Amino acid sequence: MKAVCWYGTQDVRVETVDDPHILNPHDAIIKVTLTAICGSDLHLYNGYNPSMKSGDILGHEFMGEVVEIGPAVTSLHIGDRVVIPFAIACGQCFYCRRQLWSLCDNTNPNAAMLEKVYQDSTARLFGYSHLFGGYAGGQAEYVRVPFADVGALRVPPEFNDEQVLFLSDIFPTGYMAAENCTIQTGDTVAVWGCGPVGQFAIQSARLLGADRVIAIDRFPERLRMAQQYGQADVINYEDSDDVVDRLRSMTGGRGPDACIDAVGMEAHGTTLAAWYDRVKQSASLETDRPIALRECIYACRKGGTISIPGVYSGFIDKMPFGAAFGKALTFKMGQTHVHRYMRPLLELIQRRAIDPSFLITHRVPLSQAREAYEMFCNKEDSCIKVVLTP
Amino acid sequence: MGDNERLLVSLGGAALLLRGLKRGDWAGLAAAAAGSGLLYMGATGRNPLAQAFGIRFVETRDCGRRVEVVKSMTINRPAAELFAFWRDLRNLPRIMPHLRSIDVITEKRSHWIVDAPAGFTAEWDAEVVNEKPGTLIAWQSCDGSDVANWGVVRFAEAPGGRGTEVMVELEYEPLAGTAGVALAKVLGEEPSQQVEDGLRHFKQIMETGEVPTVEGQPRGPQPKTVWSGRLVPRSTVAPSRIISLRKTRYLS
Ligand SMILES: NC(=O)c1ccc[n+]([C@@H]2O[C@H](COP(=O)([O-])OP(=O)(O)OC[C@H]3O[C@@H](n4cnc5c(N)ncnc54)[C@H](O)[C@@H]3O)[C@@H](O)[C@H]2O)c1
Ligand SMILES: [Zn+2]
Ligand SMILES: [Zn+2]
Repeated sequence: MKAVCWYGTQDVRVETVDDPHILNPHDAIIKVTLTAICGSDLHLYNGYNPSMKSGDILGHEFMGEVVEIGPAVTSLHIGDRVVIPFAIACGQCFYCRRQLWSLCDNTNPNAAMLEKVYQDSTARLFGYSHLFGGYAGGQAEYVRVPFADVGALRVPPEFNDEQVLFLSDIFPTGYMAAENCTIQTGDTVAVWGCGPVGQFAIQSARLLGADRVIAIDRFPERLRMAQQYGQADVINYEDSDDVVDRLRSMTGGRGPDACIDAVGMEAHGTTLAAWYDRVKQSASLETDRPIALRECIYACRKGGTISIPGVYSGFIDKMPFGAAFGKALTFKMGQTHVHRYMRPLLELIQRRAIDPSFLITHRVPLSQAREAYEMFCNKEDSCIKVVLTP
Repeated sequence: MGDNERLLVSLGGAALLLRGLKRGDWAGLAAAAAGSGLLYMGATGRNPLAQAFGIRFVETRDCGRRVEVVKSMTINRPAAELFAFWRDLRNLPRIMPHLRSIDVITEKRSHWIVDAPAGFTAEWDAEVVNEKPGTLIAWQSCDGSDVANWGVVRFAEAPGGRGTEVMVELEYEPLAGTAGVALAKVLGEEPSQQVEDGLRHFKQIMETGEVPTVEGQPRGPQPKTVWSGRLVPRSTVAPSRIISLRKTRYLS
């Protein structure tokens, strides 16, 4: 089959590889009908995850048709059309039973390796480095899905793939980011990053009752999308001297009630602090650039919430923890517990409260994945979200 | 630390250091750090790693030093079920891949064959010396064992419906001296790591019915030069060398 494989920093190739097989009793094989490139893939693409190996198959946002099932799979049938959550969860452990699916104890075959770094091991992810399980991903014609009963969401025929694909990751991710803000009447939510995750966070904050959403980015097309689909007020941080001051003045001096960092470890910045992070990161003295996160902490009102869907992987530096402590902020973060949100969000789509396909700016065949990665990474051609068809 | 042991440790340390630096990633850095630690230990005869790696040496009357491993894990199943799985010793190779086989000879006595570091094997007879259904199983190796060992696994109800806390305590005489333990530990074939991996597999099988794996999945074509990942390839160790190593170990 054809698959998108990682070979090094900014080096992905579409290669011919073996078809996947059932390896464990709860596995299923899915014939992929639609897949997407995620901002999280860019961290791998840009070489920020040291546990990638040449030839790893990428991709954790995908859907398709069940073509083979293992002997222990009970709820799926050949021919079912399904969306698969990006995190793999067993459904049986302490964490799964408490709906904390992305913290699953039992799905990381390289658990000992992750424990050396984090002291704990969490759910493994498709196509996401050996630290996180080394699992072959779904930017391919076929993919093996472990614990298929637990994860797969069967989708009704009335929806096309583009409407439901993002239930695999970014819609739940944006939604959980907004839910983590415990939004109250009158709340203002500020969202750093208007990529796919930011866009869903913005719309979800609205759906959850935010009075006002302020979106921050530097790409006009992304800010326009936030205005058009999320009725957000926007800040282009390249046009404003100081984002924190700007947010303060937009909120009567209080600061936003909740701040969402939908940027993560590869934040871009023009300030002195940003250059500091860049230099340290390239010298491997810091693994992540927490530019947006620092701004979140300074901007947030006292007693407010910082919600962090943006991915951090290692160590960050110069955290204004005194400000966070002094202002008694609440921090919520983590990989999304996708399984928890798939059904409720499918209902939102069914009720026409949202149509996730608004996000797609580019549709390309899987064979052009290399070009698609480059375009999405460099934000060329106003690219916001690429879907790939095998 | 004996001279031979020092040499072994230095060589292993240098290999790890080089291998780690070559990899240039986190795991590589860890290996490099461990490697330089072993070099230090080889050069000075001191053992800063023992503590860092959580290895406890126990002085004994007869044979110098022993190693004690204590690991625990919470498993979301009732104690009786976990006890029953473990007490049927033939199940253990399913959760500890380094256990080549366990033959149950009588109700109490069994024969164990394990894969030891760097392609060697070790064998012994063991006897269950104490058992309380649903609570504990204790065993001990019999005279003439390759690796003298003693252990107990305890099952205790975890609070608030969290299942069962399983604790394994193991004491053994390491193969090729204590430094062999540190070296093997870094290479991933040391009993403490094996016990931990074994407990994890136990948990995975009891909670989900399978051990997660990525062995056998597809991947892209491989570039030609890749590090093989093993200092001594298993297949190159001739059986005669295994026997001679055993002999020299008893002589020294
Ligand atoms: N928690 C999860 O489970 C989960 C799931 C999916 C994605 N993610 C993470 O969410 C983050 C965003 O993903 P995405 O797909 O939207 O990626 P993306 O790269 O398309 O979007 C990031 C956006 O942040 C903007 N940005 C960069 N620096 C900024 C700054 N200093 N201030 C404000 N905006 C800034 C960029 O211009 C870009 O539009 C990534 O870190 C990704 O890994 C997390
Ligand atoms: Zn994603
Ligand atoms: Zn689980």
